[in-house]
Amino acid sequence: MVILAGVALFLIIQAVPAMSASWTTGDLASGPTQGHANFWTYVGPLVWGTMWASAIALVLGAPVAIGIALFISHYAPRKLASILGYLVDLLAAVPSVVFGLWGIFVIRPFLVPFQDWLNQFLGWIPLFAGPVSRTGSTILAGAIVLAVMILPIITSISREIFLQTPRLHEEAALALGSTKWEMVKLAVFPYARSGIVSATLLGLGRALGETMAIAMIISPSLIFSVKLITDSANSQTIAANIALNFPESNTLQREALIGTGLMLFVISFGVNLIARLILSRTGRTSSTKKIKRTLARRSAA
Amino acid sequence: MTATAISNGRRPRGPIPNALTSGQLPRRVELYTLIGALAVSAAVLGMLGFSIVGWLVLSAALYLVGIGVLSTVVENRRKATDRVVRGFVTIAFLLALIPLISTLVTVAGHGWASMTWQFLTQSSGTVFDATTLKVTVVEGALQAVVGTLIITGIAAVISIPIGILAAIYLVEYAQPRQWMARTVTFLVDVMTGIPSIVAGLFAFSLFTLIVGPKAFSGFSASVALAVLMIPIVVRSTEEMLKLVSLDLREASYALGVSKFATITKIVLPTAIAGIVTGVMLAVSRVIGETAPIFMAASFTNNFNSNPFNGPMQTLPVMAYTGYKFPTTDIAASYQSAWGAALLLVLLVVIFNLAARLIARFFAPKGMR
Repeated sequence: MVILAGVALFLIIQAVPAMSASWTTGDLASGPTQGHANFWTYVGPLVWGTMWASAIALVLGAPVAIGIALFISHYAPRKLASILGYLVDLLAAVPSVVFGLWGIFVIRPFLVPFQDWLNQFLGWIPLFAGPVSRTGSTILAGAIVLAVMILPIITSISREIFLQTPRLHEEAALALGSTKWEMVKLAVFPYARSGIVSATLLGLGRALGETMAIAMIISPSLIFSVKLITDSANSQTIAANIALNFPESNTLQREALIGTGLMLFVISFGVNLIARLILSRTGRTSSTKKIKRTLARRSAA
Repeated sequence: MTATAISNGRRPRGPIPNALTSGQLPRRVELYTLIGALAVSAAVLGMLGFSIVGWLVLSAALYLVGIGVLSTVVENRRKATDRVVRGFVTIAFLLALIPLISTLVTVAGHGWASMTWQFLTQSSGTVFDATTLKVTVVEGALQAVVGTLIITGIAAVISIPIGILAAIYLVEYAQPRQWMARTVTFLVDVMTGIPSIVAGLFAFSLFTLIVGPKAFSGFSASVALAVLMIPIVVRSTEEMLKLVSLDLREASYALGVSKFATITKIVLPTAIAGIVTGVMLAVSRVIGETAPIFMAASFTNNFNSNPFNGPMQTLPVMAYTGYKFPTTDIAASYQSAWGAALLLVLLVVIFNLAARLIARFFAPKGMR
């Protein structure tokens, strides 16, 4: 807890000189921070890019993750379920840099024809506006890799919560003659709704801070952009921007980067905070349940 | 006799509809529909130009439509929805397996070529041959393997005592309703979500303040990893300590044993397998972290086994720099990046497997 405060404190100490320094002259007028009036115009596009990439990843990843959780908890044969759960957890163990390499050499070339197709038929939507990337270093490719990386965390939390649905609720629904899907809709989803929301938020938190995959795949620029499939108009994310520019910066520029890191810290702290608040308020996580059980036993003894 | 009695009554024409199975699709209909969908989409794509991905996508779509229509016609709309949803859920799961398998296959395929004894026992660098005036690039991973082990080891040494002690405090000493214990648990939960790069920035700025600018060292990377590792260790140890039954503790107290002795002699030995598993999983989580190490320990091709002085190379950073900042021999750089990635995946898998095995073999009796 001291550490958490320490992290925030050190980031603030290091970031303040860059925030208050002049951005039009001196060190900050050159290098990666060139051409920005002050700290906020520098960090603005980065914040947008971070949000945007994570949002796309979430839209792509969350439904699939919840589907997987449902499959493992309610559809798969009992004996297989634990093995399948382990497989999905294995996905969480793969280091992010490996996903980065995979994204570059597998996803990028794979997406190029698909992006052409999107642009040709859906180009009138601003999301898919051209010019289409030839290398595939697009925010779409980055977001797909991000989506894969947030699958395990969303899946494992929502699986836990699906499994905690009271058996009697499920059986009551089945006894009324509902099909499996109606049972899930009637008994499981209402029970697990807040859990799903917070699992998604935790996934969002993970996506916000993910560095390497984005740094390796996207060819970035510091702008506000919603285009998914271009080379030149991808919004950069905070984490990737730090990783790319950190080695070649001087002290003040580094401090500017640390300032952007502080922003990232604030955003992801907020997202995680909300997620955990939802989880703990509903009191349905396994740990809080266990605490309650222990308490009951203690008072009974 | 009864048979004759029935046959004397009104005899139904044709087979009797079975009230239990009428209006239902046969049992294996989903399999048949799937085969049909695969065949039809193969035929369609055979005319338009075949591709595996297109085939699978089209088959999935055809399957969902087919099973929906069939079920609506023969059964009813509710059952049709049920079957379509079942299809969707299964497809979602298969979809998740694709990246897993594809990643592992790609890494193994590319990295296998560089898995030579030389690669493992050499640090990379350039060798200048004075007679032929030729500079050859040697790709080796020794410095990265050693760096990874040292940095992760120090991170573990820092974070395991802190994490376990914090968990013991939370479970054994703190009252569950006390505000401090609740705040700590909550903050630990939130801390598990800190972006790893922020931890790296923290370690970097901490050491810049203490040591001065350009403070790259293996130790500061360890600090960054420890920041990431502590919450994981606390969480898993806490869960394990909570599993130790109260009866054991009370039996110990009843014998007049002090609280400290109870914890060290009774609670910890009972939970040790779970704690070790949690620690191993935490190690395998942080061993693959790239960004914080990249920030705090920078990268180098030199062999450096002193964590307090100078940049240190690690496997994940090697995989990253090999791709992003290749040497003059680009192919060799990529190759060594893949090699590092494969080594890293192997390390992670070994740690994961070890954790599972420990959990299985040393689990206390009557707990699982």
